[in-house]
Amino acid sequence: MEGFGVNFAFWTLSAVTLGAAGGVVVSRNLLHAVLFLILAFIGVAGFFVLLSAEFIAMAQVIIYVGAISVLVLFAVLLTPRAGRDNGETAMALPALLLAIAVATVFIFVVNDTNWTTVAKSPELATAELGTALLSTWVLPFELASVLLTAALVGAIMLVRSREEEAEDALA
Amino acid sequence: MVPLENYLVLSAILFSLGVYGVLARRNAVLILMSVELMLNAVSLNFVAFAAYLDPDKITGAIFAIFVITVAAAEVGLALAIVIRLFRNRATSNVDEAATMKW
Repeated sequence: MEGFGVNFAFWTLSAVTLGAAGGVVVSRNLLHAVLFLILAFIGVAGFFVLLSAEFIAMAQVIIYVGAISVLVLFAVLLTPRAGRDNGETAMALPALLLAIAVATVFIFVVNDTNWTTVAKSPELATAELGTALLSTWVLPFELASVLLTAALVGAIMLVRSREEEAEDALA
Repeated sequence: MVPLENYLVLSAILFSLGVYGVLARRNAVLILMSVELMLNAVSLNFVAFAAYLDPDKITGAIFAIFVITVAAAEVGLALAIVIRLFRNRATSNVDEAATMKW
């Protein structure tokens, strides 16, 4: 992973990702914003590949591009008339200033810190990742599954309509 | 190889775009999408740190996986709330759901 190819890939992916992210935060049409968001997710997945984290890139594509984007599209579908002409709030200018300030602080800190990068070590194998996930990190792993179950039940309870609740009360 | 600072600056800009989106947009779905951008920037940071600073390369990747998991749970619940809001108020704009505003 040396030389021109990696640099070219990095700058191209940066342009695509930042352009798409900018599209998400400025586009007035909700559907366009979702499509820009999908492009930004794919760009970030490309960065994961570039950082030789293939499994996370695959998870990113499957979960973000495959599942979360479809979920957002369904939300757009179920909230008609809300999809078009979404303006900014009155706080747009302060928000812009705050975002620029946050970016400036981050970039200053990043450039000011002396990062001690380690020498290139062997690449991370997916098997090692799985072993670590089920040995060292098994408690957070189980907690994450509980969290997902709770979120699933909560989402189903939240979107039930009054008619469905009445039917369940009769049964 | 691309220096680490490039990745960190990139994810800082991505995060700031998310901050702007969360504060400036009116539609709840758009705010949620900006939160997703911020989460993505954070997991990009984790993976970059794992690749450049950690000899084992495990911890950052694990954190990125948990960020993705929590983001999935969060998006499911938040969209359920948005749909509920739309059903009750016929709007998904956060500044129109201001009953509890003083």
